[in-house]
Amino acid sequence: MTTHPTETEQPGFTAKDLASDQDIRWCPGCGDYSILAQIQRTLPTLGLKKEDFVFVSGIGCSSRFPYYMNTYGFHGIHGRAIAIASGLKSAHPNLLVWVVTGDGDCLSIGGNHFIHACRKNFDINVLMFNNRIYALTKGQYSPTSVYGQKTRSTPYGAIDHPFNPVLLAIGAECTFVARSMDRDPKHLQETIARAANHHGMSFVEIFQNCNIFNDGAFDLYTDKETKPDHTVFLEHGKPLVFGKENNKGIRLDGFRPQVVDLSEHSVNDLLVFDETSKELAFILAHMNDTPGFPMPFGVFLSIERPTYEDEMARQIQAVIEKEGKGDLMKLLREGNTWEIKEN
Amino acid sequence: MPTTIETADGRKKKVVEIIELHEATIRFAGDSGDGMQLTGSQFTATTAQAGNDLSTLPDYPAEIRAPSGTLYGVSGFQLHFSDRDIHTPGDRPDLLIAMNPAALKVNLKDLRPGGYIIVNSDAFDAKNLRLAQYATNPLEDGSLKGYQVFEVPITKLTTAALEGIGLSMKEITRSKNFFALGLCYWLYNRSLEPTLQWIAEKFANKPLIAEGNRRALMAGYNFGEMTEVFTCRFNVKPAKLPAGWYRNVTGNEATALGIIAACECARLPGFLGSYPITPASEILHELSHYKRFNFRTFQAEDEIAGICTAIGAAYGGSLAFTTTSGPGMALKQEAIGLAIMTELPLVIINVQRGGPSTGLPTKPEQADLFQAVFGRNGEAPLPVLAAASPANCFWMTIEAARIALRFMTPVILLTDGYLANGSEPWLLPDMEDLPDISIPFATDPSTFQPYARNEDLSRPWAVPGTPGLEHRIGGLEKKHLAGTVSYDPLNHQFMCEMRRAKVIKVQDAIPDQTVFGPETADLAIVGWGGSYGAIRAATERLMEKGKSVAHVHIKYLHPFPKNLESVLRGYKKLLVPEMNLGQLSFLLRAHFFIESEKLSKVQGLPFRPSEIEEAAAKILESM
Repeated sequence: MTTHPTETEQPGFTAKDLASDQDIRWCPGCGDYSILAQIQRTLPTLGLKKEDFVFVSGIGCSSRFPYYMNTYGFHGIHGRAIAIASGLKSAHPNLLVWVVTGDGDCLSIGGNHFIHACRKNFDINVLMFNNRIYALTKGQYSPTSVYGQKTRSTPYGAIDHPFNPVLLAIGAECTFVARSMDRDPKHLQETIARAANHHGMSFVEIFQNCNIFNDGAFDLYTDKETKPDHTVFLEHGKPLVFGKENNKGIRLDGFRPQVVDLSEHSVNDLLVFDETSKELAFILAHMNDTPGFPMPFGVFLSIERPTYEDEMARQIQAVIEKEGKGDLMKLLREGNTWEIKEN
Repeated sequence: MPTTIETADGRKKKVVEIIELHEATIRFAGDSGDGMQLTGSQFTATTAQAGNDLSTLPDYPAEIRAPSGTLYGVSGFQLHFSDRDIHTPGDRPDLLIAMNPAALKVNLKDLRPGGYIIVNSDAFDAKNLRLAQYATNPLEDGSLKGYQVFEVPITKLTTAALEGIGLSMKEITRSKNFFALGLCYWLYNRSLEPTLQWIAEKFANKPLIAEGNRRALMAGYNFGEMTEVFTCRFNVKPAKLPAGWYRNVTGNEATALGIIAACECARLPGFLGSYPITPASEILHELSHYKRFNFRTFQAEDEIAGICTAIGAAYGGSLAFTTTSGPGMALKQEAIGLAIMTELPLVIINVQRGGPSTGLPTKPEQADLFQAVFGRNGEAPLPVLAAASPANCFWMTIEAARIALRFMTPVILLTDGYLANGSEPWLLPDMEDLPDISIPFATDPSTFQPYARNEDLSRPWAVPGTPGLEHRIGGLEKKHLAGTVSYDPLNHQFMCEMRRAKVIKVQDAIPDQTVFGPETADLAIVGWGGSYGAIRAATERLMEKGKSVAHVHIKYLHPFPKNLESVLRGYKKLLVPEMNLGQLSFLLRAHFFIESEKLSKVQGLPFRPSEIEEAAAKILESM
């Protein structure tokens, strides 16, 4: 059974057709602009019709996203985008449903919907813009703010341990988990395309700079100077190599990753990434907890499991095949009935 | 002592008088593991097939299996049946079947003076008496004087009847409810046949259990026949009900069937997003069986997801429902506001229970009227309907869906725990009795505007996937016609007034308020929701006594029917009985400047007709 939208040879629309007539109101310099542009560039390449895309969002800066797309869009309420999208997808499996959400929307107020959608495996694509701050409410700390982060609600520094969104998604049994960033357009486009093509729930954490309330949060990973030594890009079937001169790599010592110098080790010693391994995904998602390790980007996990809406349709179909199509008048007359005759 | 006659062969045979009654109320009570709900529902099915009008009410504890023998573990089932049209499960039972001391203690206060009590005397041992907090044995200490008590060793007799058929002692003991049922069938002159048939079907794969239950049932019946304890039996003739096919239905069953029927009437696929909550869960259970109707049930991770998935499904072109009870309703309110703002059709069903907070989970109340009418942030009007009886839940569910679709709005339907679990015979509709509630989807890009309005002030329903109608909706204020985000002050006022006007316009699409009784009188008893039966019974009694009284029952609570004010002004005084502290009474005063006398009951128990009758009589006397 396929629940993917009808594929068409010529999508008949371009990135430009996807721009809505609304003025974009994100702050100048916001990372959201780049993400919007990459999504608009990616959609026409997917071979689907424009009317089959739906963007659903919650509340926050990122959640204004649907208004800027000339597709079907639903700007929901805080934290509930995934629930709305799940209902839409269950009822209308032929649509390609996207959720655009933020770190607060998805992981704080919407955390419950997020973890349950992961395990239920709706075929929806969740793009979580992570700026590690509540920006629309003007600068409170979020569930991904780092320990000690000073914000308007934590003037002496945040005292709680943040969520690692990728790890949370893997733990909640999401079938496609990836990380990308606003300042790497090519990687972001590729990741979005892969998420769209995955049959099942896709979760993409996108590092997004908030230049007003948390400027530079991801500079280490985005600046030309520091990026090579502080990031590693996961590619299925390839060894984990990184560094300015591609001179470093990751190898496994038991379950523990190690950074090794390639002048001392062979590439053959390195960990070869397998995106179908939950175990590797778990280890790599933890890796950047330890100082000195690079931040992994790319697809951590991509596995197949029946989607919720496919199972729902399958069960309905099986019941109809067994019991026949429902007959309302028969249904009402099920069980003990009796007739009262005219007196 | 019973009369006996000598038969031809010289044996003595007892002669039992059969007393004809117009109506009877009986209550089965025992431990929550004693099978009292099953016993009650079997007696109900048999009585329904005998052609009586009837009304039932189960009363079970919030605990699933409270420790046996305790007061808080008592489960009860009350049944009222009659040769006439009746409206309630009865004021006070005429007969109480108490399977243990705790059941006797909890239920005795409700029994009518002089009423019958059948007790399982085997259960009145020291341990059970202690658990029921009896200092002395009520069967011995004279405290039951004033009732007719029949001590029947039900456990021993059941054991004797089932001995040697190969069941364990535990299984044998579990059949004792069938003994009690058999005895009651004898007492009320009912046929054993429907229950025998049910046992054969239900336990087809467990022949031993089937045989045990069959024997226990027969033993109970024969005990009545043979023993000299009972001096009389009762008979209640069939009622004169309108001709047609009937079934017995609870409010929750009727609601679930109404949901399926509404989808058929709308020619739309159906969707339910719901989170389990007492006393609404049965609706989810029922609907999860109806996959052959292409109906999708989604048990959500929480109440909010329950309604948000339903909103998503409605956006995708399904007829969507969410079902809940009070606390869940509170959690859904923000999302209801979203459905109001996005103007999507959605039916929210609140099976009310005692509140606030967790309150009385298994007990009914009508205290969510304010929550339904006022419960959201901002100016957030929506239609509010209430079902009046278990079978009426079917029709009001279709009504709620009809209004939701025609006016592109969320609609709240209020039922309650009393309707949900209570049952009554339902005259089954035919296909042609059902309305066509379908509406067209928007498809034409040349004329499409997301927030354009038709003569009902309703906006178009444009389902994603429709070419050329791509548009955005959401919780932010929308510009009239274009539907784009708008912070324009005048547009916001315009849209607030537009949404209100749309809901008021529902008045044009609902029936006028009807009245039972005279259009002008000294007193009208005005009610809503599940207190319908008690009010109607009280009104009939007052009318029989020649009182100047009418019953006005409001099913459309927001907006009220257009003629409601003029109807109410036909009476010198109004009495508003409610299972809350006066919410309808408040709304009537707010809307019409009409004063009414309140009769409030918030005890987790439905009104008794006598309570309403007394309150009404007092007002009438003072006039």
